[in-house]
Amino acid sequence: MIRFERVSVRYEGAERPTLSGVDLTVPEGELVLLVGPSGVGKSTLLGTVPGLVPHFTGGLLSGRVTVGGRDTRTHKPRELADLVGTVGQDPLAHFVTDTVEDELAYGMESLGLAPDVMRRRVEETLDLLGLAELRDRPIATLSGGQQQRVAIGSVLTPHPKVLVLDEPTSALDPAAAEEVLAVLQRLVHDLGTTVFMAEHRLERVVQYADRVVLLPAPGEPPVTGPPAEIMKVSPVRPPVAELGLLAGWDPLPLSVRDARRAAGGLRERLAGAAPALAPGAPGPVPPLPAAPLPVPAVPPLPPVVERPRPGRFARLLGRGRERGGDRTEGVPADGSAVPSADGPIALVEGLGVRRGRVEALRRVSLTVAPGEAVALMGRNGAGKSTLLGALVGMIEPTAGTVRVGGRAPARTDPRAMVRRVGLVPQEPRDLLYADTVAAECAAADRDAGAPEGTCRALVSELVPGVADDTHPRDLSEGQRLALALALVLTGRPPLLLLDEPTRGLDYAAKARLVGVLRGLAAEGHAIVLATHDVELAAELAHRVVILADGEVVADGPTGRVVVSSPAFAPQTAKILAPQEWLTVSQVRGALEAGA
Amino acid sequence: MTGSPAVPARVLRRALHAPEADRGNALPAGAWWLWALGLATAASRTTNPLLLGLLVGVAGYVVAARRTDAPWARSYGAFVKLGLFVVAVRLLFSVFLGSSIPGSHTVLTLPELPLPDWAQGVRIGGRVTAEQLVFSLYDGMKLATLLICVGAANALANPARLLKSLPGALYEAGVAVVVAMTFAPNMVADVVRLRTARRLRGRPTGGVRAVAQIGLPVLEGALERSVALAASMDARGYGRTAEVPAAVRRTTNVLTLGGLLGVCAGAYGLLAAQGAVYGLPLLLAGLVTAMAGLRLGGRRSVRTRYRPDRWGARAWLVACSGAAVAAAMIWAGAVDPDELRPGVVPLTAPVLPLWPAAAVLIGLAPALVAPVPPPSRGARKQERRGKEKA
Repeated sequence: MIRFERVSVRYEGAERPTLSGVDLTVPEGELVLLVGPSGVGKSTLLGTVPGLVPHFTGGLLSGRVTVGGRDTRTHKPRELADLVGTVGQDPLAHFVTDTVEDELAYGMESLGLAPDVMRRRVEETLDLLGLAELRDRPIATLSGGQQQRVAIGSVLTPHPKVLVLDEPTSALDPAAAEEVLAVLQRLVHDLGTTVFMAEHRLERVVQYADRVVLLPAPGEPPVTGPPAEIMKVSPVRPPVAELGLLAGWDPLPLSVRDARRAAGGLRERLAGAAPALAPGAPGPVPPLPAAPLPVPAVPPLPPVVERPRPGRFARLLGRGRERGGDRTEGVPADGSAVPSADGPIALVEGLGVRRGRVEALRRVSLTVAPGEAVALMGRNGAGKSTLLGALVGMIEPTAGTVRVGGRAPARTDPRAMVRRVGLVPQEPRDLLYADTVAAECAAADRDAGAPEGTCRALVSELVPGVADDTHPRDLSEGQRLALALALVLTGRPPLLLLDEPTRGLDYAAKARLVGVLRGLAAEGHAIVLATHDVELAAELAHRVVILADGEVVADGPTGRVVVSSPAFAPQTAKILAPQEWLTVSQVRGALEAGA
Repeated sequence: MTGSPAVPARVLRRALHAPEADRGNALPAGAWWLWALGLATAASRTTNPLLLGLLVGVAGYVVAARRTDAPWARSYGAFVKLGLFVVAVRLLFSVFLGSSIPGSHTVLTLPELPLPDWAQGVRIGGRVTAEQLVFSLYDGMKLATLLICVGAANALANPARLLKSLPGALYEAGVAVVVAMTFAPNMVADVVRLRTARRLRGRPTGGVRAVAQIGLPVLEGALERSVALAASMDARGYGRTAEVPAAVRRTTNVLTLGGLLGVCAGAYGLLAAQGAVYGLPLLLAGLVTAMAGLRLGGRRSVRTRYRPDRWGARAWLVACSGAAVAAAMIWAGAVDPDELRPGVVPLTAPVLPLWPAAAVLIGLAPALVAPVPPPSRGARKQERRGKEKA
């Protein structure tokens, strides 16, 4: 269906080609998964199929890509629109119209299908993707999973033979990801659609793939084969395959079900070792470079006076909050003492946040102690980001109290808050304003009042080999995250918040991040991360808090909360249940100790 | 749809009872615009503050009864504020720059700025009379009412759907406008997000410097988004064209250009002193030709339309109610102009003319016949006001 013949792509100004020597055939009706570390050109390879590379991105494509017999050199993307449906990484960038139904019809309108055909296909697609309830809703009001399904639906209606998807489940919570994957399964099975997709979260998708294409390193030719074979050699692999390799299972299982059937022996070997690790304690640090960061233990904080809430008029002008902070900075307050070192760093009581008519949070209570890592989980739109926003002071509570280091974050001067709490937002790019890494670091030092070079040293620790004059936009996803993390850590906040930090990270970058965060927790930083990534939560968090509809529905040690939940349990826990193992590294540690 | 006079009242009432709005029975955007323009025309015919107030009340009531939670529906408040601003500006100008209205009731006297001879006729400061204030208040209210009527249409009609009813040849221009319209809110959202993100770096979120510093990232983001959107649209078949014979293409060009020329000449004729005879026919002929050209041009586009808005009985009722208000007001203006334009010199209290006021109430028809928008999720109307700030 799709043929790549000696394809290589070189972007302008790049030293070496992004892709080279790609010889590949994607047969009709198969689900082919494209895997590889970040930055090996997965998106570029996907982009050549609908002709967006090079017609839209520029660059030089040599060789030939044919889709259903049409050569992408001579056919523009719009002339392939009836044959190929493409959904990029960000579904929001994909939408042309404003309501679900119009969006589903848009592609067909462009192709000029007859009105009655359009109507029928829209109804069919609404049912196929479970979107019937949402048909009149403005797209902007949908959750991430719903948007992703609308995006897929919108390219399905013209009945393309090929579907190209770039990380369709990365931004989704586990349940929404299941929904999307179930839809893809159905397309492949019932309609014979060819699906060519890239995904970092292999644990979610690899079991559905008919064939895996591995791009091992930038510029290297791809390796193709059945999933089990490729997973043996791949630098990126899901926990289930990791565990299978560790236990020496053959054939390598790719789904939890297969692994459970093979896991009897392992469970027996582990039976004695299991109690050694208390549930909730993260396993030993993996043999990855867990860099000791040059972040000294939390420094004593200068006391800061909280200002009274600015008047309505001042808030209208949007400047009231910042005034006065300077004047009162450093002046000891009579009532507000600096929190004692052993007290909780963050204290949230009965927090309510309302946005317009929507109650984003209701009666949320949470305490975070120094050195503790807490994972906030829950479906898209459950209020995780809102809670982080309230902790960092971006969102003012409508009810209840938030205290971070003893202050109400929303009413404290940002310059003072930056030394108490730091947030790495979902889109790390939001934190970056300057046009070089060096300038960004210098600004961070100034903002936090840290000695010159503090931030730069952090960057070098987190991501070695980033040049001073690199533009932040040219960094890879993982590097950008590390830069944002370094900027935030420059203020040495005792409380560190991360919003969805592993989106777009490959396993290696994720493991580095886990190492870094563990180091920080060991030094006494409290960490709160909002994430959909159950494997990350299992690796890192001491405690898991599950939010649903703005309320806390579970709060307890990771082992206890996560193992009992079908959606949030990591693969290792599912495979080895009822034993309470959470990560492959725990199992590896136990086996090595036993051997 | 509506029952004949013979059927019992119950059946008629059921037929008139407005259904819940959904995609299938939504009123065409054009109907709302005709209704609002009708009210606006009526407003332009009177300076009677009571009638103007009644018009604003009618428009406001219909908006309150039939608007959705869609983003565009919130624009009504902005238009009302703009209207009040216009009134205030008009009054201020009148106070400081004086007015040609003669008057005897001096309210206050401002110090007058002496101006050189060449600026004769211009006055800054000086006597402020009650007559001139009332006159400019009426005038400002008229303008404000016009604005509020436009605001009502804006709040009630989906702008994207209005563009959808453009002829095929203009479709691509329409899409550009729609994309531009979704762009502005996205950019505003970006600004808000980046401004709050500044807090994370420990910088003030308000003030001019904050906005200046995030300007570049916002523009960058907007550019990236537009490129991504363009890629997505292209990959989904935007801009596919059908092959049309060269003859058709040439005819299209001739018709469109000729038609537009005709429109120009006709408009000139209408406005010029001596061309009134040939002006109107030429204008109409030009319009028809240009429309034919556009229609023919639509052949090049392969697009079809998904569920176009249908003009049903309700749409006609809404559009006609607006037209009826306008017609009644024009007629009243011809019959009894004094009631619609209450005297300023000498000052008289405006009276509410009974028949024009009754006619304005026809404009309430949409609040009865237009489909009711479905109740919003978690709807409690009062709550939105206070908490919007957060």
